[in-house]
Amino acid sequence: MAPPAVARVRGSAPRRGRRPPAPAIVGIGQTPFARQLGISETDVAVRAIVAALDDAGLAVRDVDGLCCYDIESTGIAGVVATLGLERVRFFSTHSHGGGAYCAVIASAADAIRAGRASVVLAFRARNRGRRSSFGRGATEGGRPWEKIEPRIAGFYQWQVPFGVVAPVHEMALIARRYMLDYGATEEHFGAVAVTMRSHAVRNPRALMRQPITLADHRASRWVAEPLRLLDCCLESDGGCAVVLTAMDRARDLRQRPVRIQAAAQCLGPAHHHPHDWFAFERRRWMRAAAARLWGEAGLAPADVDVAMVYDHFTPMVLLALEDWGFCAPGEAGPLAARGAFAWPDGQVPVNTHGGQLSEAFIHGFNNLGEAVRQLRGTSSCQVPDAEVVFVAAAASDPYGALVLVR
Amino acid sequence: MTADDAAAVRPPLPQPGPDTAEFWAACRRHELRIQRCGACRRCRFAPRPACPSCGALRFRWVRASGFGRVYSWTVIHGPTLPAFQPLVPYAAGVVLLDEGVFMVGQIRGCAPEALREGLRVRVEFDDVTDDIALPHWRVVRERSRSTRARAGARRARRLP
Repeated sequence: MAPPAVARVRGSAPRRGRRPPAPAIVGIGQTPFARQLGISETDVAVRAIVAALDDAGLAVRDVDGLCCYDIESTGIAGVVATLGLERVRFFSTHSHGGGAYCAVIASAADAIRAGRASVVLAFRARNRGRRSSFGRGATEGGRPWEKIEPRIAGFYQWQVPFGVVAPVHEMALIARRYMLDYGATEEHFGAVAVTMRSHAVRNPRALMRQPITLADHRASRWVAEPLRLLDCCLESDGGCAVVLTAMDRARDLRQRPVRIQAAAQCLGPAHHHPHDWFAFERRRWMRAAAARLWGEAGLAPADVDVAMVYDHFTPMVLLALEDWGFCAPGEAGPLAARGAFAWPDGQVPVNTHGGQLSEAFIHGFNNLGEAVRQLRGTSSCQVPDAEVVFVAAAASDPYGALVLVR
Repeated sequence: MTADDAAAVRPPLPQPGPDTAEFWAACRRHELRIQRCGACRRCRFAPRPACPSCGALRFRWVRASGFGRVYSWTVIHGPTLPAFQPLVPYAAGVVLLDEGVFMVGQIRGCAPEALREGLRVRVEFDDVTDDIALPHWRVVRERSRSTRARAGARRARRLP
């Protein structure tokens, strides 16, 4: 007996020959950045989201997808309840913080490509200024590392009881080894700080706009040798959101769309907790991710006009540029010292808004906003006719990157 | 000092669990124990129920020599947790044990500016509570390179 015919629902059959919709960023929004905003993280999130929708010319009711980090204190359900969203059909939450931030955007783009949603929001809201703490919980503002429990069962038990407690301590251990392996110097790290600040000077949103010199960097206090205060990102309050939709719809909206040309992620066993970081050769899977990114983009690092590199600490910018193929391991420091990453004359201006070292630390999302501004032609350090922007997540494991084009 | 004050300055401590109790119990006896894979024989740290080199689940706990070399280090000036504030600036590092695994810990017995890659260190323990002793690393004086070379040559001469 023949199997019963399956009733075909109209529109459910895959349409052969039709290209999947190309995802594009059509709106960006952010709150002001501050040492302390004095409003809740939920408030920060929805203000950034509404600003991004306004920027795009879309309404709150148009949203049918959301993506965010799993360290978001409000979370997707909180945002949906706060804004009264009723059409959400795609939602996804991503682990691992800054190393996986490009995955939040990649997942939003994939949802649009697959037809799972038509207007997807990605957002990050964080009150992590030192004075913004209002409780003992890790998500109750302020510095999460200061709120560790008196007994630790997870991987932090292998470092926090010994005094290696904050991200800067972990990164100092990685930075020291990078100096030993490749001859990087404190001056190379300083060059990154000075370059980012020179960009922030022109950016009215930036928290730190006083120009600095290499001497200022050298005179700033040690936090964890070999890292000084000016090697560290800011501790700030603020939120950022982006809105994605399909290119065919994007053309009717308010802003020039920015296409997601390529995305790549990777995750190996070398998490940034130092005992595992050094135990595994992360470049083995890292290089494969870089090959996937540039292969999917059909482009090479030489085609990039501007780069937005996750800058939680200065050495990690150098590491990321080497990892994704902008230069060989060990070359990024001397290049930074020669001004290769400075606007307007460097070969690849990096973080033209001042980055997280000088604008604000919004877990990468403010760097993404600047990537979009460069492709719209509205940056305060505009690279003329920028067509290709590279965006890197935090140099760690997991890891990821995006290539954006207009 | 009240009990609350004592709790405030005590560092966060490990909470031993099924995968880690063996390690922390050994520390309590001032012994450093690590896992060795039952298939590929590689040592590993931190403790985990499978071998990250070959995927085998079989393993044994073995006593590590307790010696290693400084692989990377930092000198922490703060901010840090209140328990460590009286120590600043203090040195912490990544130690490559003779068994080929990496561990993080404080490095003592050396002026911060004298820290170097490859310094010989030996594990020591601080008794903190009834159930927890925390390991740290002490720089040990090593015979100079030429002394070691002469000792090596003597050993070589003794070989048949």
